[in-house]
Amino acid sequence: MKKRTYDAVVIGAGVIGCAAARELSRYELNVAVLEKESDVCEGTSKANSAIIHAGFDAMPGTMKARFNVEGNRLMDSVSKELDIPFRRNGAMVVCMQESDMPQLQKLYDRGIANGVEGLSILSGDKAREMEPSLAKDVYAVLYAPSSGIVCPFEMTIAYAENACENGVDFSFLTEVTSISHCDDGFVINTTNGEYCAKIVVNCAGVYADKVHAMQGTPDFSIRARKGEYMLLDKSAGSLVSSTIFQAPTKMGKGVLVSPTVHGNLIVGPTAEDIDDKEDVSTTQGGLSTVRTVSANSVSDIPYGKVITSFSGLRATADTGDFIIGDHSGFIDAAGIESPGLSSAPAIALYIAQLVCSRLSPRKKDNFKAQRRGIPKLAQLDKEERAKLIEERPDYGQIVCRCEQISEGEIIDSIRRPLGATTLDGVKRRVRAGMGRCQAGFCSPRVIELLARELNIQPWEVKKNG
Amino acid sequence: MDKHSLVVIGGGPAGMAAAIAAKKDGIDDIVIYERDAQLGGILNQCIHNGFGLHTFKEELTGPEYAERFSKQVISLGIKYETGSMVLSISRDKEITVVSRENGLRTVQADAVVLAMGCRERPRGALNIPGTRPQGIYTAGTAQKLVNCEGWVPGREIVILGSGDIGLIMARRMTLEGVRVKLVAELMPYSGGLKRNIVQCLDDYGIPLRLSHTVIDVKGKRKLEGVTIAEVDSGGKPIQGTEEYYPCDTLLLSCGLIPENELTLGAGVTINSVTNGPFVDDTLQTDVPGIFACGNVLHVHDLVDFVSEESGRAGHNAADYIKNNGCKANSAKIVTVCVGNGVRYTVPSTIDVGNASENIHLRFRVRGVYKGSAIVVRSGEHELLRKKKKIMVPSEMEDVIIKPGLLEDVSEISVAIEEGTV
Repeated sequence: MKKRTYDAVVIGAGVIGCAAARELSRYELNVAVLEKESDVCEGTSKANSAIIHAGFDAMPGTMKARFNVEGNRLMDSVSKELDIPFRRNGAMVVCMQESDMPQLQKLYDRGIANGVEGLSILSGDKAREMEPSLAKDVYAVLYAPSSGIVCPFEMTIAYAENACENGVDFSFLTEVTSISHCDDGFVINTTNGEYCAKIVVNCAGVYADKVHAMQGTPDFSIRARKGEYMLLDKSAGSLVSSTIFQAPTKMGKGVLVSPTVHGNLIVGPTAEDIDDKEDVSTTQGGLSTVRTVSANSVSDIPYGKVITSFSGLRATADTGDFIIGDHSGFIDAAGIESPGLSSAPAIALYIAQLVCSRLSPRKKDNFKAQRRGIPKLAQLDKEERAKLIEERPDYGQIVCRCEQISEGEIIDSIRRPLGATTLDGVKRRVRAGMGRCQAGFCSPRVIELLARELNIQPWEVKKNG
Repeated sequence: MDKHSLVVIGGGPAGMAAAIAAKKDGIDDIVIYERDAQLGGILNQCIHNGFGLHTFKEELTGPEYAERFSKQVISLGIKYETGSMVLSISRDKEITVVSRENGLRTVQADAVVLAMGCRERPRGALNIPGTRPQGIYTAGTAQKLVNCEGWVPGREIVILGSGDIGLIMARRMTLEGVRVKLVAELMPYSGGLKRNIVQCLDDYGIPLRLSHTVIDVKGKRKLEGVTIAEVDSGGKPIQGTEEYYPCDTLLLSCGLIPENELTLGAGVTINSVTNGPFVDDTLQTDVPGIFACGNVLHVHDLVDFVSEESGRAGHNAADYIKNNGCKANSAKIVTVCVGNGVRYTVPSTIDVGNASENIHLRFRVRGVYKGSAIVVRSGEHELLRKKKKIMVPSEMEDVIIKPGLLEDVSEISVAIEEGTV
């Protein structure tokens, strides 16, 4: 078995692990990311609401409040540097009756205390002027213009690609089995050999408690909280323009209705604590809950236009807050449930700070902050698109008709650093198969391209894993 | 900008028949845009026989049927561009098309025939709960893999939905040595043609379970099995009827949806029942000069009817072009309403002022009707009655109306009179 030595090993290639790796790659450090799955963004990061929350929900003084508000502020520059779609579409929290107004006021006050900018409370009528599909009996809303939408796949993949470009090693199908202390730090045993590191960063999502306990006392536990969603066709994507929340409860932010950054409509999630940390099945009950509860805030959601449903697992810690801290070189980023995606840019910077304060590395002279994503032909104007196709004729060959994704984009997604090796990998990178026919037409062609590029037989091409 | 008299979008059976008819009517400047690598559309993957009984009085395979038309396209010198995907159509019939060879272009058409066909309803749209593993395909995707790509996904399969492609694939997979465990159908009747039930299921001893559906999917990475349950008359699973079937593949044949995203972009009004555009008896949509035919208009049961209908669309598009977009007569419009048992009709309006030929009214029924009659009325006045031994939702019905019957009429209704025969 091979043995590799690093300054820092990050466990988990979700959005937190990839963002942390990218921030660490600014420094003269040897960094590796270990991931048990075959690709980045395979757990919680791939199945969530895709919202960059404003930050009014978390209690003031908590890590959730701090990193959410900071992360939200960072998103403008992060999205530009990483070349990923991000839009501040605003959010509304609905209040259904006058007697609930104190609760809305409390959220407003919390937001102000957390440093959220631009908050206001609007009457139901004023809110319906902005959002005509808002339910008729909505009495008032808390409006947060800084709330945004993002593509969680692209965000995670972009962080990972940029980290990789700046020298971070990624090891997939590498599940950590045990961690022991040594003179120089840690020895990490995996299903793919042994790794040594001065510092370990634990970004293991729903398994962060297990990974933490491998090297010390089990200080906390993580429960998987399942959330089920439905995704609607783009023709339903403009039903609302901002993200519509219901009043939050101790189980989370409730069922939201939101456009996605790609123009679909997302509705969900439910919230159910479960024991099986691998259980991402949807249920009849869950999906029908999404339908009934969503009707409280938004009328006439066209459920005939559902193109897919899915569920994701929030990594909910028993402490109620994010668990981020350094224990003698073992750095936890655990319990990163909502607003985890929103907080990722800020958590990553903080993790880099913690690592730097131990190792005092020099900044790299040649750090490349700017990532260039795969061109999104369907979103370019005609002249730009025509010009790109002239340079690369395969950008003119449409493979995924629903999302208008070309052969060139699919080939790019396979050939890039940390490129796609599965149908789902292609789908998350360039959206081929993400549309209304759900890969019915394009999958035979994408399978053919993957087989050709990876030099395998078409029947060996996997959907995932 | 390039200009063409007629742009046909789609080179399947509908598009080819429309282009051929228009060409024979004297329109020379025609182009067909086909997104696939060759003409023929979905027929290319339908290697079973049974096509052409009406049109050619022969039993052809899908590719053979397609070839009869593609040969005509070629011999008539109709221009066609394969690998060419139309990205948008404007109300003014400005068409943006992209291909590897010709890049991104915009062309102007005098008239457009929409012939983009349909797509299959995917798993997500069916709201089947459970996991999302490898091994779930629509029947058409599996058909493409087996018949065109040359490899068979899976060894043990369950099929949900008894649409024709599902039935055909039950036989096809069986012939490839795959074990087809059963076909489950949510409705109390089959979604496919009777002849396909007999030839594809009965002949191979494959059970068809009506009023059954998949209520759970198991398997993290790869499909391990599905749970089937009986449903009540409201389509709700009945507790205690659950049965688990281990399988590595689930095929879905649960309905087809006309592909009208381009149509919507052109500002054409869509009928929410058919998911296809509203058309008049000339198969013209509510945007002048844009015609529709084949499965993009409404899902057909037999390709022969697609060809016939599309020929008329091509003919009418040719008339439109020859008349420079002006109608010869002042129009008198008759609205066609749906009555008892009728889901929709194509066309939904008849331009009686212009109609010189018999009007084909096609529709589908809501349920199974035995010994019943199709009755066309204007108010209380019965215009036409057609007796039928049996009518089922999986088969298209039609009546032919002589334009003379519609003088002094502004509205007609089509209804099923149950059990009157």
